[in-house]
Amino acid sequence: MKILVCISHVPDTTSKINFTDGDTKFDTNGVQFVINPNDEFGLTRAMWFKEKQGANVTVVNVGGPETEPTLRKALAIGADAAIRINTPAIDGFSVAKELAKVVQDGGYDLIIAGRESIDYNGGMVPGMLAGLIGANFVNTCVGLEVDGTSATATREIDGGKETVSTSLPLVVGGQKGLVEESDLKIPNMRGIMMARKKPLTILEPTADGSGTSSVSFEKPAPKGAVKLVDAGNLDELVDLLHNEAKVI
Amino acid sequence: MSVLVYTESEQNKFKKVAFEVASYAKAVADALETTVTAVTVNTDDTSELGNYGVDKVLKVSSEDLDSFNAKSYADVLQQAAEAESAQVVILSSSADSKYLASLLAVGLNAGYASNVVAAPSNTSPFTVKRSAFTNKAFEHTEIKTDVKIIGVSNNSFGLVEKSGAAAAEDFGASILESGVKVESIDKATDKVTIADAEIVVSAGRGLKGPENWGMVEELADVLGAATACSKPVSDLGWRPHGEHVGQTGKPVASNLYIAIGISGAIQHLAGINASKVKVVINTDPEAPFFKAADYGVVGDAFEVVPELIEKLKAFKAS
Repeated sequence: MKILVCISHVPDTTSKINFTDGDTKFDTNGVQFVINPNDEFGLTRAMWFKEKQGANVTVVNVGGPETEPTLRKALAIGADAAIRINTPAIDGFSVAKELAKVVQDGGYDLIIAGRESIDYNGGMVPGMLAGLIGANFVNTCVGLEVDGTSATATREIDGGKETVSTSLPLVVGGQKGLVEESDLKIPNMRGIMMARKKPLTILEPTADGSGTSSVSFEKPAPKGAVKLVDAGNLDELVDLLHNEAKVI
Repeated sequence: MSVLVYTESEQNKFKKVAFEVASYAKAVADALETTVTAVTVNTDDTSELGNYGVDKVLKVSSEDLDSFNAKSYADVLQQAAEAESAQVVILSSSADSKYLASLLAVGLNAGYASNVVAAPSNTSPFTVKRSAFTNKAFEHTEIKTDVKIIGVSNNSFGLVEKSGAAAAEDFGASILESGVKVESIDKATDKVTIADAEIVVSAGRGLKGPENWGMVEELADVLGAATACSKPVSDLGWRPHGEHVGQTGKPVASNLYIAIGISGAIQHLAGINASKVKVVINTDPEAPFFKAADYGVVGDAFEVVPELIEKLKAFKAS
């Protein structure tokens, strides 16, 4: 089985978010970048398929040279090869089109992407990729088993879960649950050394097929101070929620 | 030319988000000086949609659509969008709508903006405001394609009632077979979901153990709220993953969010920031959550919560 894991290079979850150039660009100054958490759960599940079922795992990212350390980290975790498509990620549609080309050329059976990236939160790349290549698609996937060309997946739905049966080729929009937080791997020295020798192929983009473009950003208005209520006077809290906030 | 909106139902009854996306569609249609067409799947009585600005309803009925299937549903919506020459398609942010949206975008070759929080600020160029960086910021996004898809963030636009009547007609869509088959659904039907809830009661490690969740559930019961939890609590296995809210969990955009024994890590706050009113109950007055909350109680959750339950019961009874 050939697995492609799509990796987004995103600011660490603790990052402070700021913008530059008249609020048109994300300010990367002092920001630590990581593998998108939703992608990391998928990558770790792919490692399981590698160990147990002999799968071959390639990671791919659409982005400039600055995203390579993130791909190297994925190689250090255990992926066999990496591909970087050398263009800034404009929007989900253009990223999906670039990835579709990689999938078609590489003949991958299973493609795992995160449900969404934690920076732009578009949540559209896995579905668009599936649509473009005509593969089956399971979103918000929290469990995945593959047996030959058959797959069983668990999908999180509003208020519960559902189990689906499907077949390869398959695109999965993954998240926590594909593996547990405690299953995530921290690269060891041997992995980091080996990652340096693994192939990282750079491909040039094929076409700009974006559907949206970012115009500008703004930060939420600063919050007023908290109104403290004495623990011995909860009637006041009920009153505030009813009469002032009007939420009960 | 029209604005098409997918109005979701469950067991023949519209979900609340259906009326919110209909209200949003009406605002877009007004800006574009056109009408709103809603698509419903296996819903008998669609008259309520007229109260939210829908002019016309395309009713799709098929046993093959009894359980949700993203590919088949996206294809039905594509057929409707093409039949109506829809310029804009409006969807909710439910798990199902987010699932089908990207497939529909490919089918219609449409630019798709998700998590949109306000009516378009401009229709030429077509520009919307959406949440990004998990609610730490907003992005103004231009949708450049001829056909546009907007995913409206739940509970962001609200309901706008209109007096009107929606003319319903049957829409005979062909049903595309999907390669993904639903085998079983495990869903608590008697519980409010985090996505639909107006009030969410959430608790963290301050509760010391899963055996102490009884009072959280009771508080949620009294308020008709959904229950949620912080990331450490779901990682420890005290509560199911489906309850984890925050940056890598579910987003929350409720009217009221009550956080009990949650310190307020930046990742947690990001995920719940879209909630309108936040209440924090924590023993530590230095907990970061107090900086993000509207109302706070410094105190022991094991004393405050049971007492709050009694006060709320009295309030509800009055």
